[in-house]
Amino acid sequence: MTYGLETAEHPEKLRRVAIDPVSRVEGHGKVTILLDDEGKVRQVRLHVVEFRGFERFIQGRPYWEVPVMVQRLCGICPVSHHLAASKAMDAIVGAHRLTPAAEKIRRLMHYGQMLQSHALHFFHLCSPDLLFGFASDVARRNIVGVAAAHPETARRGVLLRRFGQEVIRLTAGKRIHGTGSIPGGVNKALSAEERAALLADIYDMVAWSRDAVALAKELHGKDPALYNSFGVFRSGFMSLVAPDGAMDFYDGRLRARDDAGDILFDQVDYRDYRTYIREEVKPWSYMKFPFLAQLGAEKGWYKVGPLARVQNCDHIPTPLADAERREFVDYAGGAPIHAPLAYHWARMIEMLHAAETIKDLLHDDDIVGDDLVCTGERAREGVGVIEAPRGTLIHHYRVDDDDLVTMCNLIVSTTHNNQAMNEAIRHVAKRYLSGHELTEGLLNHIEVAIRAFDPCLSCATHALGKMALEVTLVDAGGAEVDRLARHGDGRVSRDRP
Amino acid sequence: MNATFTLDGRPVAFSEGQTILQAAVAAGAYIPHLCFHPDFKPHGSCKVCTVKVGGRHAASCTTRATAGAVVESDTPELNAERRALVQMLFVEGNHFCPSCEKSGDCKLQATAYDLGMSTPHFDHFYPDRPVDASHPDMLLDFNRCILCSLCVRASRDVDGKNVFALAGRGIRTRLIANSRTGRLVDTSFSHQDKAAHVCPVGVILHKRRGFETPFGSRVFDRKPISARADSTAEIAAVEADGS
Repeated sequence: MTYGLETAEHPEKLRRVAIDPVSRVEGHGKVTILLDDEGKVRQVRLHVVEFRGFERFIQGRPYWEVPVMVQRLCGICPVSHHLAASKAMDAIVGAHRLTPAAEKIRRLMHYGQMLQSHALHFFHLCSPDLLFGFASDVARRNIVGVAAAHPETARRGVLLRRFGQEVIRLTAGKRIHGTGSIPGGVNKALSAEERAALLADIYDMVAWSRDAVALAKELHGKDPALYNSFGVFRSGFMSLVAPDGAMDFYDGRLRARDDAGDILFDQVDYRDYRTYIREEVKPWSYMKFPFLAQLGAEKGWYKVGPLARVQNCDHIPTPLADAERREFVDYAGGAPIHAPLAYHWARMIEMLHAAETIKDLLHDDDIVGDDLVCTGERAREGVGVIEAPRGTLIHHYRVDDDDLVTMCNLIVSTTHNNQAMNEAIRHVAKRYLSGHELTEGLLNHIEVAIRAFDPCLSCATHALGKMALEVTLVDAGGAEVDRLARHGDGRVSRDRP
Repeated sequence: MNATFTLDGRPVAFSEGQTILQAAVAAGAYIPHLCFHPDFKPHGSCKVCTVKVGGRHAASCTTRATAGAVVESDTPELNAERRALVQMLFVEGNHFCPSCEKSGDCKLQATAYDLGMSTPHFDHFYPDRPVDASHPDMLLDFNRCILCSLCVRASRDVDGKNVFALAGRGIRTRLIANSRTGRLVDTSFSHQDKAAHVCPVGVILHKRRGFETPFGSRVFDRKPISARADSTAEIAAVEADGS
């Protein structure tokens, strides 16, 4: 099932190529590639080399601080951590059913987050690759280049993201790292003026999201051979779904399918996640490798995020997005789509669903309500699970009688995709790197594969083409034989020793 | 109340026995301060209220006002010294404003903003100060203590309990709960005590509350600290709300 390139037999005899760092946010990553004398790829690994430690240093802190503190894990989708932790703390304070106002404000915040994150990823980070080509002129391959060549596309991307951030600001208090969600509810609802301001723009957002789906679909249709095969890795899928099988980003129960699309488990209470998901640790990465217990460590890899969610649900509960979902599913004749580049298409369908959902919520009078917090019987343990932009996000805490956290376990979205990303870059390295001289365009192929999953790793790497990258070719004796660097200003230089 | 002194060139009236800071607060004039509280005897420990009287440094909270005195406060030199004092307070404790529920209602944070503090400047001490969560209603997060002693004074002078004390000397000075076990639960402390509502930072916290006030409505979101002579009453109102 895998490409067999995780561990080479005699790594000491192989040449090593490293892409380090792959990113500069949310856990630095690097890619190492080992080549034999003929330049054939023998080993490829995506390593996450930074240890974060949130699970440890949240211990001993009061529980009401947790939703605000743990969101600092991420500057890109902090709302996901804010809400997953809040849901866990709802269980601690016994708020098993939030007030309608609180639940809808949280949903509004989360769907705003989904909209802005997906817009950022597609337009700012990935559209340069997709519109210009993976190995196109590096000086142009960035959002500024997109703005010059496709000004309306770039403008809409920026405005879609801004709208999503505005939804977050009005519900959480700030665009990044707000405090809106608290154990048992929220600390503010929308005012009539805030609601009216968002309603004035939401119809454009729905329309532009439809156009974005069309663009992703068009790109896929122009080069199906590339889009259907690039970095492909068959695996299972997992996501939350609503009780009726509908897509739901905020709450639901766990459903997983195998690589053929058959259901492995369904409607699982996420508090039992440990029965269904195990985690493996590998010595070469700080990122764990989760797998489905039912299939075991060898075959239990799975994907999360848009590609999983769009195919895992039975329907999307908004009409425009559901029509797009049906077209997506029909594209492969009902067989599961595993191609990483199809993530982009699925992601835009989700963005459309987020925009439609925001529109519906803005028309719901509960979002201007004033009954915001509830509590019930105190508990010592809470699990909160949410579908973050990048996939299923699990927060699990224990809190003692003195109100301090004693245990924290986090399985973040990117972690679920660890093996899938590793296999994707193995496929790409084998296909595009073997026997070739290193070029910047080649490096970007590897990143395109990682980026399709929208890991936190990718979010800063591509920002305005300023990602600093260095690839060093070292011979078997450890001597450096070649070095290629992409500088912060986008310039690429070769430095042969 | 006819006698006056000048504060940065403006006349400030005072009564016999008032300190410069008491008179300034009564007159609605702002002098930065942390350990001063209008209800308690001045302590003079934080030195943030230091002014120049007739060209000489003096803590305005403990220096009596005198007729005709020329007091300088809002000067680049004094504000730079105050900024350094506040920076030292930040590095001596563990002040993580982003996840502190007093953020926006905290005098230390507001004073730092007002003084233009953009970095801690000094190396952090990163002291190891476990929280005391033993009390059913209140939590002590010693990480944020600036040794202002307001809780000590409030508990002793108003509540008549002596729940808190400053122990140790010099750099080892620390706030303690005054019980045989050293734990707050073993004192007679109550969430209704005056001492439960005077902490200018985030040490003495009402449990199971936090982040209840949205951005834009917190004390120092509404007005910067320098726009009021003293913000103690407003912070106390926030503390009292819901407790």
